[in-house]
Order: sequence, then structure tokens, then C-alpha cells
Amino acid sequence: MNRINQLFEEKEKNICSIFLTAGYPNLNDTAKTVFELEADGVDMVEIGMPFSDPLADGETIQASSLVALKNGMNIDLLFQQIVNIRTNSQIPIVLMGYFNPVFNYGLEKFLQKCERSGVDGLIIPDISLEEYEVNFKVVFDKYKVPLTFLFTPKTALERIRKIEKYSSTFIYFVSSASTTGKTGDFSEEQLSNFKEVQDLNLSVPVLMGFGIYNQSTFNTACKFFNGGIIGSAFIRSQTGNVPVKRFMDEILNPSKAVI
Amino acid sequence: MNYNIDINGYYGDFGGAFIPELLHPPVEELKKAFYEIKTDEGFKSNYLDLLKDYVGRPTPLYLAKRLSEKYKATIYLKREDLNHTGAHKINNTIGQILLAQKMGKTQIIAETGAGQHGVATATVCALMGLECKVFMGEVDIERQAPNVARMKMLGAEVIPAKSGSKTLKDATNEAIRYWINNPETYYIIGSVVGPHPYPEMVAYFQSIISEEIKSQLLEKTGNECPDAVIACVGGGSNAAGAFYHFLDEEVELIIAEAAGLGIDSGKSAATSILGTEGVIHGSKSLLMQTEGGQIVEPHSISAGLDYPGIGPLHAHLIKTKRAKVFAITDQEAIDAAFNLTKIEGIIPALESAHAFAVLDKMEIEKKTIVVNLSGRGDKDLATYMKYL
Repeated sequence: MNRINQLFEEKEKNICSIFLTAGYPNLNDTAKTVFELEADGVDMVEIGMPFSDPLADGETIQASSLVALKNGMNIDLLFQQIVNIRTNSQIPIVLMGYFNPVFNYGLEKFLQKCERSGVDGLIIPDISLEEYEVNFKVVFDKYKVPLTFLFTPKTALERIRKIEKYSSTFIYFVSSASTTGKTGDFSEEQLSNFKEVQDLNLSVPVLMGFGIYNQSTFNTACKFFNGGIIGSAFIRSQTGNVPVKRFMDEILNPSKAVI
Repeated sequence: MNYNIDINGYYGDFGGAFIPELLHPPVEELKKAFYEIKTDEGFKSNYLDLLKDYVGRPTPLYLAKRLSEKYKATIYLKREDLNHTGAHKINNTIGQILLAQKMGKTQIIAETGAGQHGVATATVCALMGLECKVFMGEVDIERQAPNVARMKMLGAEVIPAKSGSKTLKDATNEAIRYWINNPETYYIIGSVVGPHPYPEMVAYFQSIISEEIKSQLLEKTGNECPDAVIACVGGGSNAAGAFYHFLDEEVELIIAEAAGLGIDSGKSAATSILGTEGVIHGSKSLLMQTEGGQIVEPHSISAGLDYPGIGPLHAHLIKTKRAKVFAITDQEAIDAAFNLTKIEGIIPALESAHAFAVLDKMEIEKKTIVVNLSGRGDKDLATYMKYL
């Protein structure tokens, strides 16, 4: 069974997924960081494949991508790192990246390597639902590495239903119409929107991302959905040399956290 | 062969809309509005009135006698350099600002490299009294000071793009990011790039160029088709406009691409030669990229051609061999600019100079050629002065 499906079968609520940029801060930190995150209570990791022109990302993830590329990060190396991770860990791994490097690598070859190295899912935000339906679904259907789609507070209901139909692991709900890395409390309007989405009772688990950066915003994600995804805040903590354990304790175990 | 866009926004293998879900609503809204105005006679007459009285169209189709003598051919220049603001760019911004108004938009954003599209956008925003933000790479802001001043005088806010290489590609990224965060704004893209429907829409608004060439040539020669049309391509908006009504005619379509210091120099913007298929700024096309699919920073003496991609229509024309590409080095463009200036008394934009350099490279004897003179060279004086 796909490790993501397995996870949601064993643990329905409070799923914590962390985004890290592959090859950041140092080229060979990827596996080490994943092991630390898992030891500190993280349920799933999203490993970012760095791209020179990440359109949907804010400054933090852009900057980490640039550093990773300068470090020499590339897709082949990432697959080696994932094989290495899999010798010690069965944590669900989702690869997140923009389409151009994947297309350049060859989509089929990429999906084969994902299957072989133990990747459980993919997030490729610039493969739109339309492109997926017309050009790529037929390719993805041949491999066991499902695509996770994003939807936002502005996504129309019929579109959400379509996304639900195409999803087999989880759906990524974007908390607000913005690029990644924004901080601040959720507005009343957002909270009522979260409730509306919750009330859709989607048949596939939903994780909320974008703007989840501390215990309170993570708890909000868990209140309405199956859990939350933290990206930029984690990268910022790495940039500031905050130990992984301390960062995770502040989110998941505030009583143990060293303030 | 079909050169029209298909229902999914593709020209053959190229185009589409590779956009994050965040951009789906505003792109969908735009697409709907664009298809409405395409058949709206009232819109069209507003657009044509402004082109006539404000922009100064039709631009002349000028028989360049001395240039023709030199090359033993009949060479016409389509004088887009005589448009208000000095280039073809305003054909598109007039069309898009009318569309933005029709959609009830009050805030406009744009990206710019050399500043020509930024100035054309700031101009139409001033004309309509709309708020304007122009994203421009920090590096370009430094090297294009006069255009930055023009935009500011026109009331636009110039926002430095500080990410990546701090040039046009990054200004485009920043404009798209701003649009994601502010989906109620209207994004005026300056070239035939970006997600569907932008390539189709920008080509549509620029198609006035070939529409005029046809009727002017018919009047002058009794035949509406030349043997060849030559245009420079960065993203490709002036070429798309100059080719548009000739796509299905027996007319050679010639693209001049910026080879920079030379194709193999590592300092080039010759996308169709150095580029491979990929996705840039929301559409599938040809682009300059590393083996790992990272986008490469191009080089050209002309900031308007300094772009690592090419519009999907042009990628399709090149792949199907409908269009032929000539790579022109910085030096060849400079030589062509000085030649045109000396024998015709016209200082071309550095971008357009690339199109004139093709005359030395192709067999044109006894042929009737139209060169699209996309812009004037005032903005490039600082560069030209180095060669005086």
C-alpha cells in the first residue's frame, strides 16, 4: 500500500507534513533532515526539487532553492538521497517541484525512478487540472506515484469535485490566494471559508498549507482538516540555525519547547 | 498545416496553461473576457479609433530606395518606430487596457525588460487614469534609466525585481507572483508569451501590423503579399503581428534572433538554436535551459531580445519549418543599425537592427521584402555612442 494511504489509515487527524528543500542548507543534508524530522514527530515530508524560477513561491523558498542549486542539487542526486533515506525510514515522501525540470528529465523516466526509489506522491503545482486531463493523466495512470492537486478558497465547487475524483492520497488546500511564506493570523473570512471546505466532507484527506508557521496556525489546520503543511517557516528556521527538534517542539509539543 | 491555436490553447506542441491553481480564476476570467471582445464590434471600433488618433496608425509602409538598391531587391519598411512611445508595443497595451476597463479592473501590472513595454503600459494607464505598477529587474533599472524616468513621469510605480538574475525573466516572475497575491489586478503581458490566452491575445492585438502591410502593399504594388517578411524575435510580439495575416499565404517568414556574442559563446539569446522544449512562464515552448531543466540567463546587446524563451506560436512555426531563423550577433546588429541610419536616415531600435542584419545573410535578389521596423533607436543611443 502507498505509504501516504497507510499513514491516513493509521492516523486520521493532526497530520504534520514538513516541506524541505532538497540539498539545503548543504547538498547532503536532505536525508539527515528527514531523519531528524521523523524523530521529532513529523508524519510526512515534502521534499522540494529546486527550480530557478519557482512562480508560486515567496522569497524564503526561492532563496533556499537558489542555494540548493548552487550546492549542485539535481534530480538524479535526489533519487540517490531518497534511496538512502529508504534504507532507514518508511516515512511517506512527497516530491514537490515545478514541471520544467521534470519534463526535461522525461516524465516517464521520472515517474519510474520515483516508483523505484520509494517516492509516494508528487506535487507539481504548474500542472494545471486542464493540462493533467488533456496531456498527462494517461501517463500518471501507468505509475503508482499519484499527483496531489491544490485548491484554494477561490476554486469553484465543481472543480474541487473534479480534483477529489482525481485524487487518491490527499488533497492540498491552499489557505489563501497568495504565494508561500506569508505570516499572520487567519482572518474571520478565512476561518469561515475553512469551515465551508470542511463541510464539503471530501472523500480524500485534506491537508492545509500556505501560511502555516506556528503552533496556532498548525492547530487551525488540524481543527478543520486532517492536518497541516509547513514550508517556509521551517526553511527560515534552518536558515537561522534553529535545531530541528526545537522548531518541531514549538509546533507539536509546546510544553516541552525551549523558548 | 494549421497555425491557429487549438481549443486547449496550443499551437501544435506548444502553448497551454501551466499555471498553479492560484492563477486559474483570474486566467479563466481573462479568457472569457477576451473571447467576448473578439466578436464585439463596439470594442473593435474603440480600439481602432485609439490606434488612429492616439497612436498614429496606420504606420507607413515605406519603400526604402537606397536600401533596395544596395541589396538589389525591393525592400519595404513597416514603420512601427513611428508609433506613439516609439515601438509596436503600444498596439498591445491599447488593446489590453480597453479589455481591462471592460472587465472593471482598476489596477494594472506589467513586466518590462528594456522599459519599452513598461512605458507603453504606463502610457495607457495615464490615458485611462488607472493605477500602474511595473516590475523591472534591478539590473535593468540601472541600465535603462531614461525609461524608468519616463514611467515615473507617467505616474507608474516601478518595482525592482530583486530575485534571481534581476532581469526580464525575474521581472516576469515577480509580476506573476504579484498577480497570485492580488488576483483582482489586471496583468498586461508585453509579448506573445505566458499562459493561454496571452500568446493568442497579444498576437491578436499586434495583428494590425500585417493587416496594414497587406492593404498598403496591395495599393503600392497590386499584390498584397511580399516574398518575405523579416522580424526580430525576443518573446516575439512584433513578429507575431507582422506574420499574422501571412501565416497561410505563400510568404517566407523570417525570424531574426539575438546570437549575442555568438551562438557558442555562452553569451547568447538564440533560443530556437540553443533552446529545447520546456515550460517557461506558464506555457510550453522552446527555452534556454541547463541539462537539469533550470532556466539559463541569456545575453543580448538588446534588452528587448534578452529573454530565455520564445512565444509558443514561434516555437511551432520553427518546429514545422514554416519560419526560418537567422541568428544575428551583437556586432552584426550594430553594423546593420549604422547602415540603415546612414543610407535611409532612420535610427532603428537595437532589436529591429537584428532584422535588418538578416538582409546580408539571405538570398533576396529581385525579391519583395518587408522588414518590420519594430521600434526607434532613441532608447539605444547610449549603446550606439560607444560605436561612433
